[in-house]
Amino acid sequence: MNRYWFELKEGVLFSLKAIKANKARSMLTTLGIVIGICSVALMATAIKGIDRAFEQGISALGADNLWIDKWPWFTDEEWWKIRNRRNLTMENYEKYKSLAKKPLAMAPTLWSSCKVQYNGHYIEDTLVTGSTADYVKTTNFDFARGRFFSEIEADGSRDVAVVGNDIVENLFKHINPVDQYIEVDRIKFKIVGVLKKQGSNLLGDFNPDKQVYIPIGASIKYYTGHRRSIAIVVRARGTAQVKETAEEAEEMMRRARGLKYNQENDFSINQQEGLMRNYNQTVGVIKLVGLFITGLSLLVGAIGIMNIMFVSVKERTREIGIRKAIGAKKRTILSQFLAEAALICLIGGMIGLMLAIGLSMLINKFLPTSIQMDTVFLAITISILTGIISGFVPAYTAAKMDPVDALRYE
Amino acid sequence: MNIITFENITRLYEVGAEEVRALDGVSLAIGKNEYVAIMGPSGSGKSTLMNILGCLDTPSSGTYLFKNIQVSDMSDNQLAEIRNREIGFVFQTFNLLPRSDSLHNVELPLIYAGIPSAKRKEMAMNALVSVGLGDRVHHKPNELSGGQRQRVAIARALVTQPAIILADEPTGNLDSKTGEDIMTVFSEIHRQGNTIILVTHEEYIAEHANRIIRLRDGKIEKDEKNSHSHHAPLTKAAAMTGS
Repeated sequence: MNRYWFELKEGVLFSLKAIKANKARSMLTTLGIVIGICSVALMATAIKGIDRAFEQGISALGADNLWIDKWPWFTDEEWWKIRNRRNLTMENYEKYKSLAKKPLAMAPTLWSSCKVQYNGHYIEDTLVTGSTADYVKTTNFDFARGRFFSEIEADGSRDVAVVGNDIVENLFKHINPVDQYIEVDRIKFKIVGVLKKQGSNLLGDFNPDKQVYIPIGASIKYYTGHRRSIAIVVRARGTAQVKETAEEAEEMMRRARGLKYNQENDFSINQQEGLMRNYNQTVGVIKLVGLFITGLSLLVGAIGIMNIMFVSVKERTREIGIRKAIGAKKRTILSQFLAEAALICLIGGMIGLMLAIGLSMLINKFLPTSIQMDTVFLAITISILTGIISGFVPAYTAAKMDPVDALRYE
Repeated sequence: MNIITFENITRLYEVGAEEVRALDGVSLAIGKNEYVAIMGPSGSGKSTLMNILGCLDTPSSGTYLFKNIQVSDMSDNQLAEIRNREIGFVFQTFNLLPRSDSLHNVELPLIYAGIPSAKRKEMAMNALVSVGLGDRVHHKPNELSGGQRQRVAIARALVTQPAIILADEPTGNLDSKTGEDIMTVFSEIHRQGNTIILVTHEEYIAEHANRIIRLRDGKIEKDEKNSHSHHAPLTKAAAMTGS
């Protein structure tokens, strides 16, 4: 075993000499690998960044939350079948609440689109969520000022509101919004709390930063009446419990809505997980294509290495003959040239990696990315493997040379 | 014990549709500390003979015993080991690694023999000093004269303390004065106990040896002791006029 280490070390030393002797050519050859590894590493990092951005973006929906609604988020069903479903009502909610044991918290929600106004500034089409005091328990809201409205305030359908960060920035600027009155479709609400910026850009209008939260009683009284379906948000005790909470919810809701055993659900239970799955399906294909294309550039680099190794071997025919005459075995020659190819690729890979790390800091301005350790190991491994694979046939050609013929070569 | 024994060695080549007998039933024996010159015109088979002697080539038929071991059916790896440890080559065109200095060139056989770095450098230094190049250790071949390059090659051939030194036209690329210097080196090596086999087509070079084997058309024509060998080295001119 010792002998092999010795030979490997000497092979690497020989190849270092050879690479140094032909600096310009080695540089040019390795350029293909530099570009290849750089693009693969960048692509892998960008993909991770997109994934992470998406996760962060929908995190406001809550990984442990279920949304019981008339409408499913994704469906293959015909649209009119869904439309004809009965609304979910507050009675459904109260019944489910009394029956369900698994949830950590739950709240009914009702959505309206209103114009919010303060002191001459206004924002059209703001999403106004009506809910109960428990709603805050289903979220991870951080408060910049104040608090969510309390049970007493909610039960009494007081005209109190909690506003998101962007609303405050646009309407209140530097004024402390707490205890100020905001007009929601001309109805005045007293602000009791302001949320810290949540940053869930992917949710569009559902981004908490752009929302106003009021008691559900107020929603019904002023904006929707009883024509709209409510949605129920349910928080499981933990991510591991989401499945069983969903199963219980289905059972209890069926009971609450008086469904017989042979009737289908006339409601839907939606999860963030469904969103992730949908995302993965769509984006998954794009990721594969992206990796494939950058893989191609690496392939081109590998072909360049193979080409140059062939030339190098041919050029050094005499040298190979001398080494064999002096006593180099086939495997010694083979490992010498393999080491050379692998070393060129490793050097190129390292340079490509450095480049990728630098460029990824640029990408970081748009996506939450950073080069991961496993990308680094992957890049190093791929570099060495590329070297060994592309260098193999040339190295084998060198090893097989007949020393007598090689020594005669001009 | 003879170091080298050839029994009826034949080497055939196929050239197109014809069969060429480069060596045809050659038998000989070479003992320790002999100084043998193998002579013959072009096409006599002396290169082929040298390649087989040096374990660079295997015979088509016949037996080659090296130190009484059958070489003729050894594997490539085994032959490589013999070349490494028991045979020191000196070529007409020097055949040094052009991008390495003298020290690295001389230590090359030791690397293949698995000798660790410090020991090798010491052995290589000693070999270079023994051929008078102790002050040219870090020169590359293109910084050395022809004679110096050949001396590096001789140092390389000696460094593993081989059983035989095999020299193929060692003075062929050198002027007559330098050539003489090199032949002096060979005489010195011989005096120190090495076994030397020299291949040449020049009479005055062969005269340095104490046995001359003459080849013609793949067969041994003559194999006799050389009575001139312990005289002062002859110059080409003197050889031509026979004085």
